[in-house]
Amino acid sequence: MSVAINIITIVAITAGAFFFLAGTVGLLRFPDTLTRLHALTKADNLGLGLVVLGLLPQAGSLRGGLKLLCVWALALLAGAMVSQLIAREASGQRGDSVTGHDGPVS
Amino acid sequence: MTVALALEMALAAVVLGVATWTIAARETFAAVVGFVTYGLMLALIWVRLDAVDVALVEAAIGGGLGGVLLLGAAARLRVTETLAATARPGATVRVGAALLSATVAAALATGVILLPDPAPTLAPAAAANATATGLGNPVTNVLMAFRAMDTMLEKVVLLLALVGVWSLAPDRLWGGYPGPRHHADPLGTLAFLARLLPPVGIVVGIYVFWTGKDHPGGAFQGGTILAAMWLLVMMAGIADAPQVSSRRLRIVLIAGPGIFLAVGLAGLAIGSAFLAYPVAYAKPLILGIEIAMTLTIAATLGLLVAGAPERSARQ
Amino acid sequence: MSAAIVFGLCGAAAAGLGLYGLIADPQPLRKIVAFNLLGSGVFMVFGVVARRGAASGFGGDPVPQALVITGVVVAFSATALAVALLLRLFQVTGSATLNTEEPAGMGTDPADA
Repeated sequence: MSVAINIITIVAITAGAFFFLAGTVGLLRFPDTLTRLHALTKADNLGLGLVVLGLLPQAGSLRGGLKLLCVWALALLAGAMVSQLIAREASGQRGDSVTGHDGPVS
Repeated sequence: MTVALALEMALAAVVLGVATWTIAARETFAAVVGFVTYGLMLALIWVRLDAVDVALVEAAIGGGLGGVLLLGAAARLRVTETLAATARPGATVRVGAALLSATVAAALATGVILLPDPAPTLAPAAAANATATGLGNPVTNVLMAFRAMDTMLEKVVLLLALVGVWSLAPDRLWGGYPGPRHHADPLGTLAFLARLLPPVGIVVGIYVFWTGKDHPGGAFQGGTILAAMWLLVMMAGIADAPQVSSRRLRIVLIAGPGIFLAVGLAGLAIGSAFLAYPVAYAKPLILGIEIAMTLTIAATLGLLVAGAPERSARQ
Repeated sequence: MSAAIVFGLCGAAAAGLGLYGLIADPQPLRKIVAFNLLGSGVFMVFGVVARRGAASGFGGDPVPQALVITGVVVAFSATALAVALLLRLFQVTGSATLNTEEPAGMGTDPADA
């Protein structure tokens, strides 16, 4: 039983590491900010998610597993918000979310 | 050469690579980003060195708050970049500095390699006296009981640094509001994050402080998380920084070192020595001091990042 | 060659890099960053001493670890004070440089503000 758990952990973490690698290659090689942000979201969502999934069987208790999921949720939240903020800055928009204006107000 | 050792050498190599990039980067902003990355990877090294409390402190203060502080300064000083870039020192200074740095690094490395074997350690002493406080985390024991004097003086140092920062205000702004007034679109992303994250962050911060009794954590780590949540709210413009002359703020700031000092003097009067805890009351006393410490650390670190007063009082 | 020694050498190299940056870079903010690098290298050497002192069921000697925690917090407060000084220097003189020869016509009157 523990052999199966270890195999699940190794496979999931390896897959997660692959997505981290893909995200990093995207960060280094993509031409501009918006595409790089897009690459980074793969590392945050899929990469970290697979690593957490792989660590869940090793957590040993329900509390440990819930803490791991909380870590993933917080990283997702922070990544999503910061990506939004950076993307707004990068594309030069000052969007007013009520009236839907785009572009700088002159 | 085990797999773990190979991975640790890879980690050390990556950390040194990021450190080199921090020194060599052209733009200050890029160097500061490199420094934040360095701080976070350093936290991984601390975990490998079996110092999880230190890893938490390094990630929170070194990477997190230090990063915010330096990024803000780099953004405000961006206009000085072009002027400063022309003032690079000559080749002799650079070669001399490189030789000096290499010598210092070599001396430290020799010291590390020649460390005595078997290593002298105070761990048995710490373990033997752990029953005096009833706490399970040895680092908390050392911080709050065995070397409590250091921790108390460190709180005073934090307070002095804050007084130093405040004293940099021009005369007409004395006692005013620290830093510029931040504005963010109240329906935008930053304001949303500043409403969503702080409740979670406060719970996490209090948890990290509370769990420091028996597991890695403690007042510094928890207080830093609370300070970060406060800074997030200030930076989104949802709440303004308090006036520096506010009495309630100043009471919160001196609560930590004040209670620590009071307990210490009580130990002198009632017990056997300064900062001696009576064994029956050791744990509640330590927890009481830590609660005050956490609040003070949160307020002090947040205000240190917010900076000197830049808006006059009662605006 | 154990893990602790590897990280000790890493700390020594980081301290050397920080010292070089502190001396060689003209911008004060870069000097502050390099100073922090120097400090963290020294703390790493502390951590190695702590790791080698593992005994009685602990992973490391807790006393150097507590000293490092204190050191990180104090280093941060010193950095905050240094950054505040630098920003004030920029406000008063209009340039962030430690060069005492000021080009004519820069900055506001220091008696003001």
